[in-house]
Amino acid sequence: MRNVVYALLPIAAYAVYTFGLSALLLLITALIACLLTEHLLNHWIGKESPLGDWSITITALLYGLTLPPHLPLWMVFVGGVIAVALGKFIFGGLGYNVFNPALVGRAFIQAAFPVAITTWMAPFLPDRFSHIPSSTLTLPFLKPVYDITSGATPLSLMKFEHRATDTYSLLMGMTSGSTGETSALLIALGGLYLISRKMMNWRIPLALLGTVYLISTVLHWSNPDIYPTGLFMLFSGGLMLGAVFMATDMVASPITPLGATVYGIIIGIMIYVIRVWGGLPEGVMYAILFGNAVSPHIDNLIRPRVYGTGKQWSKS
Amino acid sequence: MLFDLLKKNPTFKHGIHPPQFKEDTRDKPIRHFPFAPVMIVPLAQHIGKPSVPVVSEGQEVTRGQLLARADGFVSVPMHAPASGVIKKIGRVPSISGKMVPGIFLEPFPGSSQEVLEGKPVKVESATPEEIIAAIQNAGIVGLGGAAFPTHVKLKIPEGKHADTLIINGAECEPYLTTDHRVMLEQAPDIIMGVRYLLKATGAARAVIGIESNKPDAAENLRKHLPPDLPLSVQVAEVKYPQGAEKMLITAILGREVPSGGLPIDVHAVVVNVATTAEIGRLLPHGRGIQERVITITGPGIRKKGNYWIPIGTPLRYILEQAGAEEDINRVFMGGPMMGTAVSSLDIPVTKGTSGIVAFRDEEARKKDQKIYPCIHCGACVDACPLFLNPSRLGILAKFKEYHTMASDYNLMDCFECGSCTYVCPSHIPLVQYFRMSKLVLRNEKAKAPHV
Repeated sequence: MRNVVYALLPIAAYAVYTFGLSALLLLITALIACLLTEHLLNHWIGKESPLGDWSITITALLYGLTLPPHLPLWMVFVGGVIAVALGKFIFGGLGYNVFNPALVGRAFIQAAFPVAITTWMAPFLPDRFSHIPSSTLTLPFLKPVYDITSGATPLSLMKFEHRATDTYSLLMGMTSGSTGETSALLIALGGLYLISRKMMNWRIPLALLGTVYLISTVLHWSNPDIYPTGLFMLFSGGLMLGAVFMATDMVASPITPLGATVYGIIIGIMIYVIRVWGGLPEGVMYAILFGNAVSPHIDNLIRPRVYGTGKQWSKS
Repeated sequence: MLFDLLKKNPTFKHGIHPPQFKEDTRDKPIRHFPFAPVMIVPLAQHIGKPSVPVVSEGQEVTRGQLLARADGFVSVPMHAPASGVIKKIGRVPSISGKMVPGIFLEPFPGSSQEVLEGKPVKVESATPEEIIAAIQNAGIVGLGGAAFPTHVKLKIPEGKHADTLIINGAECEPYLTTDHRVMLEQAPDIIMGVRYLLKATGAARAVIGIESNKPDAAENLRKHLPPDLPLSVQVAEVKYPQGAEKMLITAILGREVPSGGLPIDVHAVVVNVATTAEIGRLLPHGRGIQERVITITGPGIRKKGNYWIPIGTPLRYILEQAGAEEDINRVFMGGPMMGTAVSSLDIPVTKGTSGIVAFRDEEARKKDQKIYPCIHCGACVDACPLFLNPSRLGILAKFKEYHTMASDYNLMDCFECGSCTYVCPSHIPLVQYFRMSKLVLRNEKAKAPHV
């Protein structure tokens, strides 16, 4: 699983480059919160510390990368504890979690701190390596105060102002957004690396991205004024990060090739519905959590035909 | 020509590609092995009822003489592996770890060890029934490892028929080169065996299935094909478990043996190639089986090779003669995939022993890796040749849901090839779980009152 960490490192490094000290502190806090929780909980029930399997490091990085860069650190910490405790530990630890733990943590933040998690900072601020945003250092249980230029994500620009961002900016990560979601290109490269190492089921991102692209392209043709283009939908927001690194969590996704494809399509449809017709500008997180929830049912329903059963063997 | 190059050898779906490790012994001609000071002959070396001794303690016997007769149809007799004296009839150590009924035989040193001849059965004149009886009388079982009495599957049940006889020379198990050498050195015996088998089963044709990593064996057999026999050689892709009966039928005939069924349900009979050679060699002389070819190999063996070994030779004696290293700590009978790691060296080789593979400290240690929880990666699902879901089966086994495993997830179809265990990144001993689960279910069934 160390390979997943390798695939995430360039994304994390680029995030720090884009958003500066706030992103760095956020990722470190997420790591401390998740690793500490995992270690202490396992110590509590007398299990050997599972930090060596790297799975919680992946969870921590993914969790951090889905948060706004200047989210107050105490919120990051609380969400990290929730991600591990409620997303993973209570289900029985590695291999038994129903939902992607990183997204459980993020969903908690979304519910508990709806304003903080939808406030974005502008990328490439000139003083990002010298100035820590005041919101980052907010004391626990206090409301954050923002002292830096805020930004709007491409998706909210699209939803509320009908302004599309160009594909190049989306690919290269020139926009505002969650810490690790801005550069679609780096994420895609990380995914290709994992696929080449056979560490990822490529059917899931392919089915998911394909579905989103197909629906948005068809609808865009039908009415370009209302519906954004397929490319915009693909490269904006958390879609790339979600499709490549979140939906592919092996534990919470179906085990058969066909099941994985169906799962990807379901998540793709959900994302489109939430983004375009829902109240929120972004729907990747809820769509994947929904996909996780139906995943066991997909495995129950879609099973490969066992050798020598069903369809009769070819007659001789 | 180009077309032939593009054409892929037939095979089955899924499966794995473990390293072969066959190069150490594949070029070593079969050599004879000395007689051990004491032979151990278990009465049940086959699936079915144990044989019944017809000799008494202290009696002198000649090599090839009947020691114990078959008890019913699903049973085979035992013959003396050497000329000598019966020391004791009692209980002998076995691979299962239990003591089982058996005979201790002390060979005469320096005897000529000529094999006793019986009543020959000629393929031209014998009826199918006579051939089937002769195969049983010769004590022949599946030499590929299953040790199922061969004559039982040659007896075609009422209302069924066989159209194809498949001779299994796939030998997909790593390390083993027994069948490979037999195909190189005993082609005439194999051809003769096919004649008997075709007549016994009434099959219209026979196909010898060989994995493509043994081109010399395929070529040698093709050279020996007689013009009057509907026999052909089919090369299949190298993939484990290509040598499993069901997988070979699928590769060669494109048919699937129904779940819970037998090859005859798809009009096929599969016989191992070494078994076929044994039939072709023994029947014309009316002899019984008293030795077999075994590959002795592995990192813990100095004199690796293929040997004719008398059945009943103790493992400890074989390892001594083959120059086993001091520090061997894991010995498999059969191959490392489907064979059994032995718990004692005092057990004898039996008719089903196709190989002896000995590992030393370092190789075995690598295998003892930490077990992680199942992360649902699906590697086992992609490996299972029967399209089972080993991941789900493994979780169910952990929670002792044996009945669900059988009723909803086809546990009983599993033939324990071990592909799932081999590919599992979490090192979960899946096939061991399944073996145990099947045993629990079988014991339960045996205990249940019959209604």
